[in-house]
Amino acid sequence: MASKKCGKQTIKFTNPVNIISSYSIVGEKEGQGNFKEYYDYILKDDKFGEKTFEHAERKLIEHSIVHAIERAHLNIDDIDLMLAGDLLNQITSSSFTARQLKTSFVGLYGACSTMAESLAVGACMIDGNFFNNVVCATGSHFSSAERQYRFPLELGNQRPPTSQWTVTGAGCTILSNRSMRKCNQITMATFGKVTDYGITDVNNMGAAMAPAACDTIIAHFEDTKTTPDDYDLILTGDLGKLGSELFMDLMEHNGYKLGKNYNDCGQMIFDNNQKTYQGGSGAGCSAAVINSYVMKKLEKGEIKSVLFAATGALLSSTSSQQGDSIPGICHAVVIKRSE
Amino acid sequence: MEDKNFFEKYQAYVEAKTPKTKSFPTLIYAYLVGGLICMLGQGIYDSLLAIFPTMTTEEANAWMLIGLIFLASLLTGLGVYDRIGIFAGAGSVVPITGFSNSIASPAIEYKKEGIIYGLCVKMFSIAGPVIVNGLAISIIIGIIYLFL
Repeated sequence: MASKKCGKQTIKFTNPVNIISSYSIVGEKEGQGNFKEYYDYILKDDKFGEKTFEHAERKLIEHSIVHAIERAHLNIDDIDLMLAGDLLNQITSSSFTARQLKTSFVGLYGACSTMAESLAVGACMIDGNFFNNVVCATGSHFSSAERQYRFPLELGNQRPPTSQWTVTGAGCTILSNRSMRKCNQITMATFGKVTDYGITDVNNMGAAMAPAACDTIIAHFEDTKTTPDDYDLILTGDLGKLGSELFMDLMEHNGYKLGKNYNDCGQMIFDNNQKTYQGGSGAGCSAAVINSYVMKKLEKGEIKSVLFAATGALLSSTSSQQGDSIPGICHAVVIKRSE
Repeated sequence: MEDKNFFEKYQAYVEAKTPKTKSFPTLIYAYLVGGLICMLGQGIYDSLLAIFPTMTTEEANAWMLIGLIFLASLLTGLGVYDRIGIFAGAGSVVPITGFSNSIASPAIEYKKEGIIYGLCVKMFSIAGPVIVNGLAISIIIGIIYLFL
């Protein structure tokens, strides 16, 4: 049997990995952003009727999964495996959701790269014929992330100009081997290496993650012998405005000039007037964008192929307080419209 | 390419490209709001002395501080103080109202984790260093004073 491995870090799937359903849910602020008409559900209440922000985050992920399953005309019993992760300690939002759904569960942690990570792992599972239907989901909540990583919400401090706004939102994609006439498919996946260029400023995640994005995307191009022009859209996770500029400079330094087909979820998600400084971040950022705007653009045929490379900063508040630099990770998947 | 030199170059390049907080107009906002808070304190102090002729200046001082602390806690609870902070920066952090906000905000935030382990433990998570430093320095000064 021919190996599916292509180059050093990339896998080319030989069996179709079909995206049979996707669902996105976001908070109120995100719902006023650039993709307001693309989301499936916009919250009116930040707490989603729950008592705490952590419970709200759980409910966001659960809501996205339940509705994605419904949209695929499946029952929860048809789901073989749930791959999910989030930003909270011990990924409780995901595992507590799995407790509710009573399905086999593998918890992932890739910080804000979790959406791409779950899609890449899920696609391997489907392509390998191990499972029929796999749920890939992640989410984040602005307030629960602030509580864990930064300061209390009511503290009267100023955010530095390099900071990004953690997105309140969740996204779910269902991968399946079910044959479909026309659908979005995952054709390739590149698993990234942990990359650290020694950035220690926790308020400048974009600078910490840009080298990881650069590393994975160059590995992808080299492994698959493709160029930036082969994709209609190259989308990084949540580098933000500054991070995207750094990333583009790094790519150019390595001989890849990115053109108009490059963009960043964090940079795109909020309107410039929303005062988020560098844009959005958080696991929910790329999850919401990919499962709304990108999937719908592909469905409409406005774009045909997307290189989706979500980035994550693998720090904890303890590691940064102990003076460690911020390691970054980036996983990439190629999503195409089937012919 | 991944040698130490390269990392240093990248860090220097990031540093150069990173936008900094502009001193203008943030300094003006901080000055104005900080000044207003101090004026409010002075106003409370003067009014107290005018209303209660028997009150000593020390007493008036204490009541003025209590008033400012109460007001800041109230505004924190109403969700207003953090908005003032976004605008004013150090102007609303440095006066005693900022100290009040730094205790009230974690108290509100961590109440969900219980009264003892949430509220009581986390209440001083931000103001703690100020209290520790204040105590330590007052002890040192006290010892110096003893020998003088």
